[in-house]
Amino acid sequence: MKRITCESCGHVNPEGTVLCEACGKPIEKNQHIDGNKPGKLLNMRYEGSARRSQTYNKSVIDKIWNFFSSVKVGVTLIVITLIASAVGTIFPQEMYIPPNVDPAQHYADQYGILGKIYYQLGLHNLYSSWWYMILIAMIGTSIIIASIDRYVPLRRALKMQKPKRHKAFLQKQRLFSESENISAEDVEHVKNRLKKQRYKITEQDGHILAEKGRFSRWGPYVNHIGLIVFLLGALMRFIPFMYIDDYVWVREGETAVVPDTDQQYYVKNKDFIMETYDENDERYQEAIQKQGGAVPSNYQTDAVIYKASGEAVTGEDPELEKVKEGSIQVNRPLKFDGYALYQSSYQLDEFESMTFKIHETDDESEEALASFTVNLMDPEYEYELDNGFRVVIDQYFPEYYMDDGTPASQSKYPRNPAFVFFVYPPGEETPEVSFAGIGRNVDASGENDYKVGLQNFEVRDVTGLTLKRDYTLPIIALGGLIFMIGVIQGMYWQHRRVWIHPSDSGVMLAAHTNKNWYGIKREIEKAIDGTGVNMVEDQQEIKQ
Amino acid sequence: MLSKVEEAKKQKQRKKNLRLLFRSSILLVLLAAVVFALVSNFTKDKTVIGVGTEAPNFKLERLNGEGGEVSLDDLKGKGVMLNFWATYCGPCKEEMPYMESLYPEYKEKGVEILAVSMDSNDLVVNRFVDKYELSFPIVRDNGGQVLELYDVGELPSTLFINADGEVVEKVSGELTLDRLEGYLKKIEPQ
Repeated sequence: MKRITCESCGHVNPEGTVLCEACGKPIEKNQHIDGNKPGKLLNMRYEGSARRSQTYNKSVIDKIWNFFSSVKVGVTLIVITLIASAVGTIFPQEMYIPPNVDPAQHYADQYGILGKIYYQLGLHNLYSSWWYMILIAMIGTSIIIASIDRYVPLRRALKMQKPKRHKAFLQKQRLFSESENISAEDVEHVKNRLKKQRYKITEQDGHILAEKGRFSRWGPYVNHIGLIVFLLGALMRFIPFMYIDDYVWVREGETAVVPDTDQQYYVKNKDFIMETYDENDERYQEAIQKQGGAVPSNYQTDAVIYKASGEAVTGEDPELEKVKEGSIQVNRPLKFDGYALYQSSYQLDEFESMTFKIHETDDESEEALASFTVNLMDPEYEYELDNGFRVVIDQYFPEYYMDDGTPASQSKYPRNPAFVFFVYPPGEETPEVSFAGIGRNVDASGENDYKVGLQNFEVRDVTGLTLKRDYTLPIIALGGLIFMIGVIQGMYWQHRRVWIHPSDSGVMLAAHTNKNWYGIKREIEKAIDGTGVNMVEDQQEIKQ
Repeated sequence: MLSKVEEAKKQKQRKKNLRLLFRSSILLVLLAAVVFALVSNFTKDKTVIGVGTEAPNFKLERLNGEGGEVSLDDLKGKGVMLNFWATYCGPCKEEMPYMESLYPEYKEKGVEILAVSMDSNDLVVNRFVDKYELSFPIVRDNGGQVLELYDVGELPSTLFINADGEVVEKVSGELTLDRLEGYLKKIEPQ
């Protein structure tokens, strides 16, 4: 490693240093790195330290390192990611389209040829695509490497700085003045005034450095640590232990296994309640009229959580122990053992049971001779009725539809129940065949003496609950907090330095701050007030 | 003088090695994080129980034949074709007769067929079994626990499990007679 020894103060600097770490003298051959031009002010970013070791570029590792260390690369990555993120919002992502449609069809139907292209390019799942994740990962890498590469030399440069600075360094600061015939008392006076304004004073051979707010220089790096913690939190969402997001439907009166809990937890839906705003209440009348119908005020599931106890083999009915009982309302989940169940959907009035009656076919008043009730989730095979009738369920279609001329069911849920009944009239051994359902009452042979008709039915509601467990939230929140601390640290404080340099006949005064130049000027004004020291001139303003 | 130059050289080499080690390890950690994220993302929707994994045990009530309880562990030593189906699933109805036609032959050879129904009640299953005259064991997964355990998303789905209890093949969707026979041959005990 070629070290650079400062001609002026003799300090040994690392290769690639632009301004001597100790005295600030510009190192002649390296001025191009920061774009410093003769006769112009010095670029003070990173204190002219030897950052990003641009100088080592030998191995592949060094090349990769230097690629990610570049701010230009980092900004480019962020811009690309922003554009990609925007593209992802042109059409809805796949998770927001209806769950029971074919995505290929849906995008083509809804958004035409553009939708079709969108789907075929995979943009309907953009945020979980491999290339998007790699972009985010590259931004993360860039943040880490660029921070290391700047923080280390900057800290070193600030640690090495000496109160005694080279003239060239002072003259090329933005704030600079030269004063003749200054007494030692005046210098002492300025020093004390600066101290009063909470500057930290260090001295060397009559040279004075007044410094404050150095910690604000670490703001960006603290901020970057926050971002990295945030990204780590997001990454942990891939660990099933840390993050669960699932869904369960439970019918009133039923108990269902809670998914993703290793069959450990069960949830019972005691009751689902949907309430609407009172139409007779004056306060709501206007809004309800505007809406053109009832406005729901509450969706609620009264639920019981059970935990399986003992060693039951899957499929066996486990012994359940009550863990918790409570109401689940929108945004008011029921929490148990790290899990939370949220109210997120419902279906009203699914059939629970149906009561049929038997009457004579030619009886116009349809007077019931006998009736029977079928539990739709657990129908019996055979019903013995009053008056000697006997009914056998031959076929049951919970969600009836016609499939190519034959009756069939679309699902196991009794949403449109229909039956083929064998009706045995009293004393008869051959049955009459009847088909009965909602709004259907068909006599298969056309010669039946008795008809089966729907007399009554009972319904129940189904609740849809979202299961969540998110242990990554505290990590993500911590990342956000660190990020904000970094922002505050860098924004509300400034790193200010004032140098006082005795020359043959007077003093040179120079000052630098990383932001808020107005503030430092006011502090210098206060410090020199009543002394012979000249106020600093803003050399940048003069040139413009 | 010479020793000083050499010492400087040595120190330079040491620093260089340290730098390489530092940079390599940071890049390696970052790379590992990226690989982890990508792999997890792509396996997210994949099933937990797949080819090569051990088929987890379950126990369900048998609806047809002699009744009683059927558990997978009781079938150890036999090849097991585990079929997830339902009466309301069209393709399931298509493949059931194929299964029935091959069952007697493969039962002799030590292969058991176990069909797990997803229906909500016994009546529809029994009527179906009577209609298609199915003789292999039929069980019903009332709460969908076994479906959850095996992380099956589509009906029909079939797992072929060898005599050691290891999943040899997993098929989503309908099977043809030829394919079915091919898979059954694979799980015949030796």
